[in-house]
Amino acid sequence: MPEAKEAKRPVARKDMTKAQWTWKEMKRNKTAYLMIAPFMLVFTIFTIFPVLLSIILSFTTFNMLEMPKFVFMDNYIRLFLDDDIFILALKNTLIFAVITGPVSYMLALFVAWFINELNPKVRSVVTLIFYAPSISGQVYLIWKTLFSSDSYGWVNATLIKLGIIYKPILWFEDEKYTMPLCIAVALWTSLGTAFLAFIAGLQGIDRSHYEAAAVDGIKNRWQELWYITLPEMGPQLMFGAVLQITKAFGFGQVVTDLCGLPSVNYSAHTIMNHLQDYGGQRYEVGYSSTIAVVLFVMMVGSNLIIKKLLSKVGK
Amino acid sequence: MARLRTRSHRVVLNRSQGGDVGIFILLALLGVMMFLPMFYVIAQSLKPLDEIFMFPPKFYVVSPTLENFTDLFSLMNESWVPFSRYIFNTIFVSLTGTFGNLFVSSLAAYSLAKIKFPGRKWIFQLIVYSLMFHETVTAIANFITMSALGLIDTLWARIVPALATSLGLYLMKQFMESHVSDQILESARLDGCSELKTFWLIAMPMVKPGWLTLIVETFKNLWNAGSSIYIHSEQYKSFNYAIQQIVSGGIARSGAGAAATVIMMIVPIIIFIICQSNIIETMGTSGMKD
Repeated sequence: MPEAKEAKRPVARKDMTKAQWTWKEMKRNKTAYLMIAPFMLVFTIFTIFPVLLSIILSFTTFNMLEMPKFVFMDNYIRLFLDDDIFILALKNTLIFAVITGPVSYMLALFVAWFINELNPKVRSVVTLIFYAPSISGQVYLIWKTLFSSDSYGWVNATLIKLGIIYKPILWFEDEKYTMPLCIAVALWTSLGTAFLAFIAGLQGIDRSHYEAAAVDGIKNRWQELWYITLPEMGPQLMFGAVLQITKAFGFGQVVTDLCGLPSVNYSAHTIMNHLQDYGGQRYEVGYSSTIAVVLFVMMVGSNLIIKKLLSKVGK
Repeated sequence: MARLRTRSHRVVLNRSQGGDVGIFILLALLGVMMFLPMFYVIAQSLKPLDEIFMFPPKFYVVSPTLENFTDLFSLMNESWVPFSRYIFNTIFVSLTGTFGNLFVSSLAAYSLAKIKFPGRKWIFQLIVYSLMFHETVTAIANFITMSALGLIDTLWARIVPALATSLGLYLMKQFMESHVSDQILESARLDGCSELKTFWLIAMPMVKPGWLTLIVETFKNLWNAGSSIYIHSEQYKSFNYAIQQIVSGGIARSGAGAAATVIMMIVPIIIFIICQSNIIETMGTSGMKD
């Protein structure tokens, strides 16, 4: 994400050491620190500190009752060498992330781009249709009714009526279907903040840039998208990517709600579900911190890789 | 020379007819896929009992009724803790959290975007990194922090962490950078306006789309929050949690369940609609750049 460019300073700083100068600037801007203080206080206590605490706890065994016991790498060894379900969850999480991450990102970008071509009145209705599933809380539970295994399930009833199947399919209890269904639901609820950011970004582009580009020989909308729109949307593209990737790796609550915890034979078990299992149900705080740290590293790591890739857009 | 033609009020360039049609069909298909499940929830909530249990189930409702909603309200009256308590909890948490976050995050965003102080890049980098992980990763460690602070089992366990969201700060900072010109702030400062006043009276009105987005985003998170590991007393639990308890009573309550889902989803949607019209309006008029 681009930083604001450092403004040229008229202040002469030759006659001071760097530390002296910094101190002087800090004193001069003390209101700035006061303004950011409430945010930083809450942010430090509820975001930075828990990350550090998780890292420390990941090297211990701790059950919330007795004092934590330092066990060095034992949790990590157990996680990667002894916990078959974690390996399965790791595989599922990667499948989820590799599919829902890029697909939801492209979907958000292209739908936003299409919508931007519509006239403003239609645009706001269409935006609402696409955005509604992601702000409507647990509305995704309707998928459970639609794909219900008994005769009230609309999908089964329709398939039977059409003669495609003869007996109802147990959609959320069948290993074959849990993953694809959860991926579908994830995509259905994926047009969230990133989608809005894309729409805002598209609306912020100066029309004159397109007109100038047309004169310069841009032939069609695809060239226009690649050479003008996308480069101008740099900050939003990056922001959207970060949000969609984080969401893709953090996927798990939907699995719990639709398939139960654990899902049948762990067929849709993600690392997030594994974390819920050990942290929320078994109170193995040390071990679940290890899971959290691994997930944290995966999220931040993949975001950093994508950040590198996205800096090449439009070049 | 490229072909130019106008549509509505602006110039549209290089658009083939075939492409327009193709895009329209694709958008319409995607839109229908997005809308159908939402439509089904609404249809379910309006179905009378015999239509809910009809085989094969219909996707639409034949004779709509508000039965499910009245059923839901009578089920609410049977709850052990007065239902108004759950509603109060959710409204209190959503409003305090949303407006608190708006103030705290915007204040910090203003300071990061518009005042050049040592350390601001470092702080912003930290915020960007925190966008890269999901908050549930820190939930367990947060439980320990919250018990140490005595926040467990109070409404503050939900409100306080929501006061400073990195997403809110990031959004507001981007908007402040692109929508608020430095010259205006500079002249306000020269006129003797304090930094806090400049922020509130000059910068904030210029970033209306930013804070409307922030309101929609924070509100929906707080409103949709269900059960939480930080709260175990019944009287501090949320509306969403209580409604789920009611409708988990099996197939007989599926009509009331759909009614509850409709009630839960209608509030964030209304807030979005109100904010959206404002966002578009503001984006059209706030074309001020330096």
